[in-house]
Amino acid sequence: MNLATYHGANGAVVEFIGVHKVYGRTEALRGLDFTIEPGELVAILGPNGAGKTTAISCMLGLRHATAGTVRLFGLPPADRAARSRRGVMLQESGVPGQLTVRELVELFRSYYAAPLDASAAIGLAGLDAQARTAAAKLSGGQRQRLYFALAVCGDPDALFLDEPTAAMDVASRRAFLETIRSFSRAGKTIVLTTHDMDEADQLARRVVVIDRGRLVADDTPAAIKARVAGKRVSFRSLDPLDAAAFAGLPVCGLVLDGERPAGAEDEAPGDSGRLVRFLSTEPEAALSALFARSVRVRDLEVVGADLEEAFLSLTGEREVRQ
Amino acid sequence: MSTIAKRPRASVQVGARAAGTPALLPMLWAQTRAQARVFWRTPAVSMTGLLMPLMMLVFFVLPHARETWQGSISVGAYMLAAMGAYAVSSVMVFNFGVTVAMERGQKVDLLMRAMPLPGWVYLAARVIGALVFGALAMGLLFAAALGLGGIALAPPVWVSLAWRLLAGALPFIGFGFAIAYLAGPSAAPAVANLTYIGLAFASGMFVRLDQMPDFLRSIAPLLPTYHYAQLAWGAIGAANESTLVSVAWLAGYTVALFALAAWAYRRETLRKFA
Repeated sequence: MNLATYHGANGAVVEFIGVHKVYGRTEALRGLDFTIEPGELVAILGPNGAGKTTAISCMLGLRHATAGTVRLFGLPPADRAARSRRGVMLQESGVPGQLTVRELVELFRSYYAAPLDASAAIGLAGLDAQARTAAAKLSGGQRQRLYFALAVCGDPDALFLDEPTAAMDVASRRAFLETIRSFSRAGKTIVLTTHDMDEADQLARRVVVIDRGRLVADDTPAAIKARVAGKRVSFRSLDPLDAAAFAGLPVCGLVLDGERPAGAEDEAPGDSGRLVRFLSTEPEAALSALFARSVRVRDLEVVGADLEEAFLSLTGEREVRQ
Repeated sequence: MSTIAKRPRASVQVGARAAGTPALLPMLWAQTRAQARVFWRTPAVSMTGLLMPLMMLVFFVLPHARETWQGSISVGAYMLAAMGAYAVSSVMVFNFGVTVAMERGQKVDLLMRAMPLPGWVYLAARVIGALVFGALAMGLLFAAALGLGGIALAPPVWVSLAWRLLAGALPFIGFGFAIAYLAGPSAAPAVANLTYIGLAFASGMFVRLDQMPDFLRSIAPLLPTYHYAQLAWGAIGAANESTLVSVAWLAGYTVALFALAAWAYRRETLRKFA
């Protein structure tokens, strides 16, 4: 596992040093260390509930670390000088619905020293046609683009985007990702959270993977993908198989029937063999080893694992979490 | 979406724009304008705040405007001062109580907190906006009283009444804020209406105190609205207490209500942003 790569604290945009965050009895962050340098485009990737939003909230000073240090531009994240250099797009935040897109962009521009032209910010978000529409009347995807316009209208040095493409349709998502890239080319630092591996892969040059409050990987998208993009294999075995039969194979998250997955309940057990499910980054190797032992297989399926499952291979867990 | 390539940036060096915090006055202006728009476009708040007192004045007061009470006090002037007090303070209570609660419901506070906007600019913009609307509500009443009802006051009396109505409304900002943070977003309008109309009634703004039941008359002098109305009536020489006493009570209520609002605000902040 790669731990955070330190590039030296001087001039870093974001510094997380041993950051813990506890809500009541829940430990949302368990000792996060990483640094984000100027001009980086970093995706913070993790399944739902991994601590991504908590991490970005700490970066923005919306939440205070229970232990450890968070710095933004070398300052406490809530410092106004630090706030003046960042644009943010938050999950679940809102704007007064009575104001129009243009009025909101004008208002948010006033918070920054050298903002973009209002029309330019509206254009970047693809909302020219909705400029005079009240925020309350926008669709979910348009509203998300409005938040993007508000994040960029101050022409900040760094952008923090929490699940920015949620609620966007395919076309606006593609356009959005292209805009993010052009911001990155212009030298901005961009930090975004996502639970979509493909999005992280398309966009970022660096992916920080968080799971249950811990940093589990910090690497290039290609390197991460090679490790997390596992396949889910399922079949019915007509021969008796137990867990020992999989020893030494590139397999994790093994489920033999008895722990039948959802959707299989309606079939009577035992009549068509034993249900076997597992995750693997090398399904061909695992299957050919089984075939070499003359295991007879029915209903074989090999599909791309979703992120929840893929993380199992990264975190090395043996049991599928429900 | 277009690209941003057409707009080259001189530098994105971290640390290169250390002094890049924006000027506060333009921020305050933009914020005030936005708040005023929000208020104006919330007719449940703005129309009731501006038109309700006007309607009450026209329907119930002006027909009796030329009568006198206790020999020398003009009923028209007396009720104009009372309606003015009701109008200005209700703008304060509703602007803060209802629109702040509404913004909490829309989670505007979360985004604002992440912005480079200092908290005091946000607060000052609201106060200025509320004062402007309070002055507007008052101006409408004055215009109706002059134009339709022939309520004639000497120019210094108009001026005295105006500043008493605006300055005396201060505690009601705290009152509104406290409601916004103590009641939930959906309950706030009802809570503001019930408590505020109750207070206004019990203080003699709608019905003269001497016509009210004894128990109301005995608790009235404890209410902020009572002393606010007395301050207004002082302008036409119809108060039961000296201006100094009214001001002292209102100052005390300002401190108490703002302290309550600050406590409620801090409680919420700790819950949401700790």
